[in-house]
Amino acid sequence: MMSQKNGAARPKIAFFEFTSCEGCQLSVVDILQDHPELLETVEIVQFREAMSAGTDDYQIAFIEGSFTRSSDEARIKKIRAQAQMVVALGACAHIGGINAIRNARPSSDERSYVYGDFAKLYEPFPAHPMSAVIPIDAYIPGCPIDRQEFVRVVKALLMNRKPDIPDYPVCVECKLKENNCRYQYGATCLGPVTRAGCGALCPTFNQSCIGCRGLIPNPNIAWLKVVMSENGLSEEEITAKFSLFLNEQVAESEVAGHGTR
Amino acid sequence: MAHAELQIDIHHVTRVEGHGNIVIDVHDGVLEQCNLEIVEAPRFFEAMLRGQPYTQASLISSRICGICAVTHATASLRAVESALAITPSRQTVLLRKLALMGEMLDSHILHIYMLALPDLLGANSVIQLAKDAPEAVGRALRMKKLAGDICAAIAGRHTHPVAMTVGGFTHIPNAETLRELQERLAASRLDVDATVELFRGLTLPEFERESEYMALTQPDEYDFYHGKIGSTDDGQWPVERYREVTNEYLHTHSSAKHCRNQRQSYMVGSLARFNLNHATLHPRAKAAASVLHLVPKCTNPYMNVTAQLVEVVHCTEQAISIIKELLDSGLTPEPPVPPSRLSGDGVGACEAPRGTLYHHYNIRDGLLREANCVIPTGQNLANIEADMRLLVPRLLERPKDEITMALESLVRAYDPCISCATHFLDVRYV
Repeated sequence: MMSQKNGAARPKIAFFEFTSCEGCQLSVVDILQDHPELLETVEIVQFREAMSAGTDDYQIAFIEGSFTRSSDEARIKKIRAQAQMVVALGACAHIGGINAIRNARPSSDERSYVYGDFAKLYEPFPAHPMSAVIPIDAYIPGCPIDRQEFVRVVKALLMNRKPDIPDYPVCVECKLKENNCRYQYGATCLGPVTRAGCGALCPTFNQSCIGCRGLIPNPNIAWLKVVMSENGLSEEEITAKFSLFLNEQVAESEVAGHGTR
Repeated sequence: MAHAELQIDIHHVTRVEGHGNIVIDVHDGVLEQCNLEIVEAPRFFEAMLRGQPYTQASLISSRICGICAVTHATASLRAVESALAITPSRQTVLLRKLALMGEMLDSHILHIYMLALPDLLGANSVIQLAKDAPEAVGRALRMKKLAGDICAAIAGRHTHPVAMTVGGFTHIPNAETLRELQERLAASRLDVDATVELFRGLTLPEFERESEYMALTQPDEYDFYHGKIGSTDDGQWPVERYREVTNEYLHTHSSAKHCRNQRQSYMVGSLARFNLNHATLHPRAKAAASVLHLVPKCTNPYMNVTAQLVEVVHCTEQAISIIKELLDSGLTPEPPVPPSRLSGDGVGACEAPRGTLYHHYNIRDGLLREANCVIPTGQNLANIEADMRLLVPRLLERPKDEITMALESLVRAYDPCISCATHFLDVRYV
């Protein structure tokens, strides 16, 4: 954890991105507009999207994006070696994100689909979270990150505390919002197995949860699949729902044997 | 003395979205290599879209880009709706147009103030600018927040939109929210005018190269949602014939595909839209263009940022009038229009902040069988390289760091969005 004694220099912070849309860093830009106190507490030394001329002297590194090609490995490890603390920023870095959709399919197929004859030049590689390459000290879930949560996590880290990320499902926040359950409308929703912290944004806008914040501990996926099938989804449709963000975690969870019927 | 030998390798150009390198090699006074290398990791969205239920396509494709998520979602929804013969309501169209205005304002203000202005004022970033010119940065933040709030009111959030769905919206904003946005937009005219005033006093680099300028076009409206494909070199095409216009081809130094139409390259984005559609700009936007000496057909790519500013004026006025129309007709809660068939082929095109965006899907029994996306920055790459090839020999008398700065500024002027454009691979690492 970071230590900041009285009169000590402000902690130096750097942002990095790998395979991603950079939407989480753009969210950070928007967050900082509303939280000038954060900008006064830290010194941002690298943020390629927003500034030129960075330095490699930093203590906290935020990494956005997933690990999708072996040539990025050295750069990721270099960041780990430099930073005292590495934070995975957003779903791509946290759980592989939308990029991991392709993990469920043969990659040669994808290469030739996008590149045709040039496919052989591309290195086949599934999409992984940052934790597949280096140890991660903290993570901020979501696609994109939740703005309030980012502020809470950064403040906790600066105060030497472990960030408090909810380990209960989206349903809890959805109830607090007094939404009717999506299942009551005949829809299907991943809220029961997905980590809260987003304020149940999607169900509040009448969209089902798509699982972008990752699984709660011990999710009962098997039974949720039964309920989804009782609500009329085919096996393919259920797989498609889980595949948006949860390919990596569901595979791990099934190996661990969580949520047996 | 001119450089007889000059090697420039700008690794990861800063203040652009995504990873690109500029590589210049001059040997014996001859320009041998002049590339904008796209080294972003391949994204594979088209492959990831294949096999997905049509209802999930826009959720996936908005994740192509954190800046233009609403435009990707819109093009995606329009492709699905065209394939499945869905005609959305007038209210849906107006709400989508308003969300596009919000995104256009957000993206343009980000580029004008945070990415381009530091170059023009000799600062390294907006953070330094906040110390040197706090009033300008405060104004930028105010304008950007309003733009984001417009998207959030309609779509739940800007990155990535929640309420936009096939056939309509899952959530309709209430009249009070829209009225408040309307008031804030009207009040923001002061900030918009101050931005025009700021840019009036700035000098952009002088550089002319005539090219082909392409955008969606309509006879009576400067619009980002509808239109045929138009060109300043003549000709109009329905969006379904986009492949005849974009002609994507591959380069080994780029993980993004390149495009050409009637010349070796063409330009899309604000300057292209201005060159093609200036007659239908709002009068206030026309007045701003005249104050900023932006005259069609403008062939200076550095003036793209000026055209963005003219569009900020236009979008502010358009957003106000769209909200007025929505409030006048009264907001109705309406369910999304269901598909009338589950198989078909459709193209959805709209104008993203950086230019024309195409999504093309083939759907069979509700699942995407084929997907193709043509991205604005990909369309601009050949044009950027053509500019660099003309510019570099003219700069050889100057010190290397000035040349580097001029090239970086040129690339930034296009406001490239590299993670969007990336289809292909980085051969350097193979």
